[in-house]
Amino acid sequence: MSSPASAVRVSSPPLRIEGLFKRFGPVTAVDGVTLELRSGECLGLLGPNGAGKSTLIRSIVGRVIPDAGSILVFGAPADSMAARQSLGWVPQELALYPRLTCRENLQAFGRYHGLGGEALGLAVERCLGWSTLADRSGELVKNLSGGMRRRLNLAAGLIHAPRLMLMDEPTVGVDPQSRNHIFEMIEKLRDEGMSIIYTTHYMEEAERLCDRIAIIDYGKIIAQGTHAELVQSAFGSRSEVHARFAGADERIAAWVAERGGRAVDGTAQFTVEHPTEIAALLESSAKAGLQLVDVSLRRPNLESVFLQLTGRELRD
Amino acid sequence: MISPIVRTATVSLRRDRGALALSFILPVVFFTIFAVIFGGRRDTTPKVTVLVVDEDHTGASQRLLQGLKQEGSLVVKTRPNPVKGAEQPEYTAATAEIAVREGSAPVAMIIPHGFGENPVAFGPPDANRAKIQLLEDSSDAIAPQIIIGMLQKVAMTSMPDLMAEQGSKYLDQLAGGLTRDQRNRIDQAIGYLREREESSTAASRPDSEGIIAVTARAVVGENKNNPMVSFYAAAIGVMFLLFTASGSAGALLDEAESGTLDRVLSSHVNMTSLMLGKLAFNSLLAFSQLLLMFLWGWAVFRLDFWTHVPGFIVMGICTAVAVAAFGMLLASICRTRAQLGALSTLVILVMSSIGGSMFPRFLMPAAMQKAGLLTINAWAIDGFTKIFWRDEPLFHLWPQVLVLVGIAVVLFTIARRVARRWEFA
Repeated sequence: MSSPASAVRVSSPPLRIEGLFKRFGPVTAVDGVTLELRSGECLGLLGPNGAGKSTLIRSIVGRVIPDAGSILVFGAPADSMAARQSLGWVPQELALYPRLTCRENLQAFGRYHGLGGEALGLAVERCLGWSTLADRSGELVKNLSGGMRRRLNLAAGLIHAPRLMLMDEPTVGVDPQSRNHIFEMIEKLRDEGMSIIYTTHYMEEAERLCDRIAIIDYGKIIAQGTHAELVQSAFGSRSEVHARFAGADERIAAWVAERGGRAVDGTAQFTVEHPTEIAALLESSAKAGLQLVDVSLRRPNLESVFLQLTGRELRD
Repeated sequence: MISPIVRTATVSLRRDRGALALSFILPVVFFTIFAVIFGGRRDTTPKVTVLVVDEDHTGASQRLLQGLKQEGSLVVKTRPNPVKGAEQPEYTAATAEIAVREGSAPVAMIIPHGFGENPVAFGPPDANRAKIQLLEDSSDAIAPQIIIGMLQKVAMTSMPDLMAEQGSKYLDQLAGGLTRDQRNRIDQAIGYLREREESSTAASRPDSEGIIAVTARAVVGENKNNPMVSFYAAAIGVMFLLFTASGSAGALLDEAESGTLDRVLSSHVNMTSLMLGKLAFNSLLAFSQLLLMFLWGWAVFRLDFWTHVPGFIVMGICTAVAVAAFGMLLASICRTRAQLGALSTLVILVMSSIGGSMFPRFLMPAAMQKAGLLTINAWAIDGFTKIFWRDEPLFHLWPQVLVLVGIAVVLFTIARRVARRWEFA
């Protein structure tokens, strides 16, 4: 039997998933996902709630047994002890002991990963420092603010110094200030060369933190690449025109449909190759008797890409 | 991987004051209540209060009253309690009847005029004879029966000379007259009895045997300071152990709900280690509870703890592991804390009632006693009784040890299988 250290091959990519399937009764949660994470890369899994992001992550950490497909962590099967030691998981839930202090929580999870003695002490101090909770180390978790708990939740996933972090929507329910704090923590980690899988349904998070983004919907990866690549593949060199009109929604919807656009939240959206096409659109709206409130031209974002690929909004 | 689980659970419990109180204070409080009611260190057998009205005021009535007062099972009152320090007048037939109606006592006894002329009688009923009258509260069916029985006893023990005199008169009548010699000898004997009665008190009469000599000797628990206390320490202890163990095992449900369980299982800890860790912690908790109960019994109720430490350790460990496994099984079966609370309350109360935690099994019908053997309570209580009450040697505990350890193994194995639902999706 090979030792955990030898089972993990440094030359292998941090994560390689091939043809992964998982069904829960009639629902296919993961539908033939193939994915590779490069070393030191932060890959965003972007998709709406229920898209299969968490099931995919839970399959990687061995909490879900896939029906088909393979998962290799640094070349080792995901259910091996070697893979477990290389993986750090930050679940979506606040998976902490509420009656233990920050320090005690980190110590507990460190011991569960086989740490002890001086190594455990050093790991705890490192994680407290990273999450800037050193001054609150003696505080019971139940007495911490939501943002602090989220930071500790992240730190607990890092206690055994993994080389691949899986972060499942780590900013859920966090106020903007605390979210920014968490972003800084993750950026620091990324700068140190950590390989990260980051799931979210906030496109701003994916745009800010991720080197590459995989868009997932109904359990399938429908597109992946850098932000620029995704926009390029979905829109080419086209830009988006957003126009708001006053008056009856039915008339606006009818006109938008006639012109081949989309009505989203009362806003008419079109893609144009050249800004000069805006004049023709506005002229057409005037002829249809619509009263323009404002109009803007912008480069498409990940939300637009998702909408373009699925016909649905990211937060549906 | 078991010790970090125990460590984490210990710290969590230490911070949960409610759970701590439920684990360590409530059982001691219940134990104390039961021990005081059924086996406290003082003689707490309920006494029957009787109001006595002596309308006769003769030597015989005084001796009867005195005899009743010396009965340990009776509280004899001839007048109401003092009001603001002022002594109240003696009861009369009327005031005694009012007092019984008002619930001051379940029985009043009226010794009528003329009782002393013919206090004891043999032979056919005599309508002219003055009879003692009992005024009773019918809601208390037992007290009047006790008084009637005690009255017959006291008549024999406090008035033996009158009994003999009356008996000799009866014999004289039936025999058609005694000779002078016979009469003299009988009078001498009666004189001796009267003299003995007058010169002695009940306190200085150690061998007041009555008509049928009886001596009672306790062959079990004779040297015990308080044998029932050991029974209730075990009985109440096991019941609370079951409650605490199921509550503590419910931490698994909390951890599953919060996602902590998933995180733990994604580390080096597998489900078997996790459950063994929980079993170890819950067993330690249960053993600590039992230890506290028995130490409390020793400190407050003078239970002979220190001479039975090895037996306590053996039974304590077996009982603790069995209840911990029971709690793990309940927690693994249930889906939510609320389900666990409802199911554990139901199962534990049923087990405790038929298993002897609420009422000693030896007082139950035979079928119920057998049914009790299906419970952890019965085996644990039997084991503790063997040690603390019957002073049996350690090896006599083998049936209890075998059954309790067997229960623990079976329940834990089932719990582990049921817990597979948490392992993977």
